[in-house]
Amino acid sequence: MSALSTHGLTRRFGGFVAVDGVDFTLAEGARHALIGPNGAGKTTFVNLLSGALPASGGTLSLFGEDITALPQHQRVRRGLARTFQVNQLFPELTPLEAVTMALAEREGAGATWWRPLRGMGPLREEAVQLLDTLRFDAADRGRLTSGLPYGRQRLLEIALALALRPRVLLLDEPAAGVPPAESREVMQAIAALPADVAVLLIEHDMDLVFRFAQRITVLAQGAVLAEGTPEEIARDPRVREAYLGEPAHG
Amino acid sequence: MRASDRRRAEGPEAPSTGGVNRPRPTRQLLEALPWLAAVGAYFAFPEYLPLLSGIAIAALFALSLDLIVGYAGVVTLGHAAFFGLGAYTAGLLAQQGWGEPISGLLAAGAAAALLGLLTAPLVLRAGELAGLMVTLGLSLMLYEAANKAAFVTGGADGLQGVEVWPLLGAFRFDLFGRTAYLYSLAVLFLLFVLARLLVASPFGLSLRGIRGNARRAAALGVPVKARLSAAYAIAAGYAGIAGALLAQTTQFVSLDALSFQRSAEGLLMLVLGGLGSLHGALLGAAAFTVAHHALSEASPQFWQFWLGIALVALALAGRGGIMGLLRRLGRGRG
Repeated sequence: MSALSTHGLTRRFGGFVAVDGVDFTLAEGARHALIGPNGAGKTTFVNLLSGALPASGGTLSLFGEDITALPQHQRVRRGLARTFQVNQLFPELTPLEAVTMALAEREGAGATWWRPLRGMGPLREEAVQLLDTLRFDAADRGRLTSGLPYGRQRLLEIALALALRPRVLLLDEPAAGVPPAESREVMQAIAALPADVAVLLIEHDMDLVFRFAQRITVLAQGAVLAEGTPEEIARDPRVREAYLGEPAHG
Repeated sequence: MRASDRRRAEGPEAPSTGGVNRPRPTRQLLEALPWLAAVGAYFAFPEYLPLLSGIAIAALFALSLDLIVGYAGVVTLGHAAFFGLGAYTAGLLAQQGWGEPISGLLAAGAAAALLGLLTAPLVLRAGELAGLMVTLGLSLMLYEAANKAAFVTGGADGLQGVEVWPLLGAFRFDLFGRTAYLYSLAVLFLLFVLARLLVASPFGLSLRGIRGNARRAAALGVPVKARLSAAYAIAAGYAGIAGALLAQTTQFVSLDALSFQRSAEGLLMLVLGGLGSLHGALLGAAAFTVAHHALSEASPQFWQFWLGIALVALALAGRGGIMGLLRRLGRGRG
């Protein structure tokens, strides 16, 4: 069974078709990359998968279950998590609080109002542990997110998604804007993702893509242009023409 | 507007720096201070008991606004709708022959919470500004409806003949307002404790998360609308209970309970005291009511001018209202 698959997935904005009938399959435990020139519809596609945007047409299913009509939080509960290309964090919460919130939600305790968080030791311990694996020390954990260096904030993006213990993880340009000195930590975090999690990486950085992916899908003008192993994609003349011909960071 | 320092100190892992993180006994003493002062005021100012009751009721209303505006980040200009509904519910019950105060209070809170739950989708559906207009529109409608339905509400003359039975069957609501004050204070205290529990719980954390970034909260599995609707209903219930307290302790309900002025004053108190900190709501309500009283005695026509100056000064000089000011003082000393 595939982890995530779409059939004819479409999204229109007025007359503009941003995602145009995409058939796509993410295998279980996959390391899959989605690339394409700017404006190819990659982020819209991720928004459709995560449920941040409703689809205009087509269906998508998660481990065989049709989730086309499910709102975002229901998809999250079924194991679909994502990160954002532009940081979507909680500036006035500490990393520990933000991760704890994600954990509480995962455990179905998000609506609990009669118990103080302070009394929920296991949640807190798990949050500390998770942040620990991404090398957040006690000072980082307890600082307001708005005061964290940018590289740490990118890692927190990933930490929040990992806290949900996803079965499918969508990483939308996780290393975008990270200075080279800090980007190694982001790469390490991605390399260390649990093997049973199916990962879809949306990325501009071709080095990262070819190092990470076992399979690559190329999106152009909202439609799938090509799909294959990294070698096949690197050789494909259509891809060269549409994509690799222009500067990789364009 | 940033209550973040306090939040940080109250978070699951408090950093060891900053004046807010005092040794525990001192902190507990500080927390008890407003309540000790409130009880002390009962003995110190027996002639001001009606004013003190007014402060307690205003504080409960401000607390209610703080939950929805300060914590959940949903701005409203029509919170008086719930206050007024609670006041009329309790007032009408007592007028129609059921004057038992505590059940009246609960009925008022339930009615207001129900109205909150029903109107939440309308308020949350629209964007921020449109939602604000919805809250304003709903409260104006309720005001005019109460005005028109004079055969039930007494209209502009107010609801007369409210007879409240003795509290717990033993304490009559006396002319000096002794019972009224202690009753209001006790209700405020209980609901304050409940509010503290709420904001320190996972539910409260998710509200702060939604306020900070609703988009990400949804991506973490938080059912944003459901969570906000619940918060809106809870805040509405709080406001309804505050309105009921006013009706029961003054044995009268006027259209003022539903007025835009009340919604606006609640927000002023909150900003004055410090948004997003429960103690700020208490302090803001006390400061506003006392200032209102003193200024309107000194210059009945002109008091809002001085209030305006105080607000502008606070907004410019002291972000975070009175609580922010206190926090900075505390840090300066430590």
